[in-house]
Amino acid sequence: MSGFAHYLPDIWAAIIAFAILTYVVLDGFDLGIGILFPFLGSEENRTRAMNSVAPVWDGNETWLVMGGGGLLAVFPLAYGIILNALYVPIIIMLLSLAFRGVAFEFRGKTRRWQKLWDKAFFGGSLIATLAQGAILGGLLRGPEVTGRTFTGGPFDWVSWFSLGTALALVAGYVMLGSAWLVIKTSHGLYDLARRVGQVSLIATLGFIGLASLATPFLHPEYYNRWFAWPGIILSAVVPLLLLAAAFGYWKCIRSDRGVMAYLSGIAIFVLCFAGLGLSIFPYIVPASITIREASTTAMSQGFILVGAAIFLPIILAYTAYAYWVFRGKTSEHEHHY
Amino acid sequence: MSIFDIPTLDLARAQFAFVVSAHIVFPAFSIGTASYLMVLEALRMITGKDVYLRIFEFWKHIFAVVFGMGVVSGVVMSYEFGLNFAHFSDKAGPVIGPLMGYEVMTAFFLEAGFLGIMLFGRNRVNKWIYMFAVTMVAFGTLLSAFWILSVNSWMQTPAGFAMNDVGQFIPKDWWEVIFNPSLPYRFVHMVLAAYLTTALVVAGVGAWHHIKGTADDAVRTMFRMAVAMILVTAPIQIFAGDQHGLNTLEHQPAKIAAMEGHWETSKGAGLILFGIPNPSQERTDYKIEVPYASSLILTHSLDGEVPGLGDFPPDERPPMTIVFFTFRIMVGLGFAFAAIGLWGGWLMWRKRLHEPGLFHKVALVFAPGGFLAIIMGWFTTEFGRQPYTVYGHFTTAESVSNLSHGAAWAALIGFVLVYAFLFGSGIFYLGRLMKRGPEGAEPVENTPQRAGGVAGAMLANDVTTEKEEAHA
Repeated sequence: MSGFAHYLPDIWAAIIAFAILTYVVLDGFDLGIGILFPFLGSEENRTRAMNSVAPVWDGNETWLVMGGGGLLAVFPLAYGIILNALYVPIIIMLLSLAFRGVAFEFRGKTRRWQKLWDKAFFGGSLIATLAQGAILGGLLRGPEVTGRTFTGGPFDWVSWFSLGTALALVAGYVMLGSAWLVIKTSHGLYDLARRVGQVSLIATLGFIGLASLATPFLHPEYYNRWFAWPGIILSAVVPLLLLAAAFGYWKCIRSDRGVMAYLSGIAIFVLCFAGLGLSIFPYIVPASITIREASTTAMSQGFILVGAAIFLPIILAYTAYAYWVFRGKTSEHEHHY
Repeated sequence: MSIFDIPTLDLARAQFAFVVSAHIVFPAFSIGTASYLMVLEALRMITGKDVYLRIFEFWKHIFAVVFGMGVVSGVVMSYEFGLNFAHFSDKAGPVIGPLMGYEVMTAFFLEAGFLGIMLFGRNRVNKWIYMFAVTMVAFGTLLSAFWILSVNSWMQTPAGFAMNDVGQFIPKDWWEVIFNPSLPYRFVHMVLAAYLTTALVVAGVGAWHHIKGTADDAVRTMFRMAVAMILVTAPIQIFAGDQHGLNTLEHQPAKIAAMEGHWETSKGAGLILFGIPNPSQERTDYKIEVPYASSLILTHSLDGEVPGLGDFPPDERPPMTIVFFTFRIMVGLGFAFAAIGLWGGWLMWRKRLHEPGLFHKVALVFAPGGFLAIIMGWFTTEFGRQPYTVYGHFTTAESVSNLSHGAAWAALIGFVLVYAFLFGSGIFYLGRLMKRGPEGAEPVENTPQRAGGVAGAMLANDVTTEKEEAHA
């Protein structure tokens, strides 16, 4: 096997991690807005908040498909086992996202049922987020695997730990959503977003603290990684960087710099993600299947890597362009296309 | 046996079949509508006629609702393989995974990325970029169909692969995998189906407004375009379907036997127009048959050999009754569409297309006919390949996940309830939009123009433009 082929699984693990992280920070803010929906005060505020994400949510959600599709493409064994093991929360997530997604279209088509689609938007966003957090928690605990088959039960993912990760994600998404509202809105909604941003930051930090304390004790393996060389560097540096990012968010959300607040929020997610990566690498199904064991042949990974090298930069370019086209504050009259 | 004794395998299959059947109608309509919108926008740019803009804006609303439902059901599809068929994902993933990856990267992102501009951006970008965005959305829908049908076709007529020591299908030649023997037929058949389905819907909406006396210039124009489209596409579709049948005879003879209703392999086989398959006796009852026609159609010779299902071992037979009837419904609808096209063409030639009459009532009745035909065709091809997921190599029973019976039931019920509610509401809203007609569509001028040059607005948020506040 040539040198390059040897690293294909690692390259692909990085690309999929990037896709999932991109999903989290992009769909994260629009799910966060969905969670805030009932608390936005007036009808006008709700319409304005929804209009600010209507042109981009489609593209945001596509990263979730990229995560799933990518996993099937290059780590089919892991795809099968993870989806099998987390069947219940994944189906809950998909059904919730369906409610959330159609609400964008249906809400503006009716007056009588508008309240219903408001609830669908809120409920769908909240439950999808909780389910995603529980999926993360369930995955970290490590599904039971025998050979190439998941052999656990349908509710193995339920635990205090996954409840914690579920609530942490709610706080984190609200934090991102608040920064987005600061960027996109003005007046009352904008003031509200600034206050909510501060509260959600504190909640996010609290949950990250709890999860960080719990994670090393889920598996002896995690413990060793975090407190042995070179993990100890990350154990020491990550909390410091995280505090710096949190401080940045706090300063910016209070002083009207929504873009910087959003970027600081992303930094918090990236750092948590790095921590997760350190905990489970080189496993892809924690504690049972490694990236290499789950890999397909180099021929499959190489074939689609060509596509990724060509298309991912193009995708990022036109995604950025679409955001650019809709830059600036959103009025509530807009997007009644 | 009570329904709670249904094996988990069948629950997993029912869920997959339900979810994919619900999904397929949305992309089919999106493919047709996206191309239609692209044509309308191009016509507007070329002719400068306002009528095309009005038709465009009307169908754009409908497209947005359909596309939204397509996205949410499509996201489900990308996880469905792993949820219910984990072993299939593991074993076939090395071959089909990269194709689905290409679908996401070349098509799904393209549609989603430019959709926002197409729906909300007419006044924010110049007309060339707008035309480009509309084109990219249309192109994305077609590319998406290409990759998904490549995956499906490979499962039906697998090629270009080898097996490794853990029993996975491993790609040997990507060209052979992607352009496997049935892909060209399946792709052409599906895209034509999408165009025909959309044309039938447009014609149906136009017919309704003719009957109600609300057919203005825009309605008349779109009605003429739709009837012309049916006239052209329906006969081509019949030809394409025939070609696809020949391909199926070559690669999936058991499926052909089930479609035709033949139990015994014979030369000079008759075409069974109607009958009732009787699997326990291995015969088809109450047959109405056209002598030699089956051989003639399938082999283009009067005494050509046509396979019978009885020649296959019982555990390799697809369920004939389902395949036999779904196939006949699809073909019957196809000929009905062709007749509608000819009828409409004749009226157009006689310059009577816009006089409300029986034709308009028929066109209204057949407005959802394309969807029915697509689902029937889908059932024919998917039930027809049973008991395999990868035809001839890997069975559905080997493919299924380790699911708990209760979770599989709950998921099936959950999908049926949620989809019925969401998509039922969606169809209701679509009906309302269609009833309103192009006149009811909001004029685009309502969308406020963004002040140019607010580059700093992203970074310095206090630059809220007065113009927008004025609109607020």
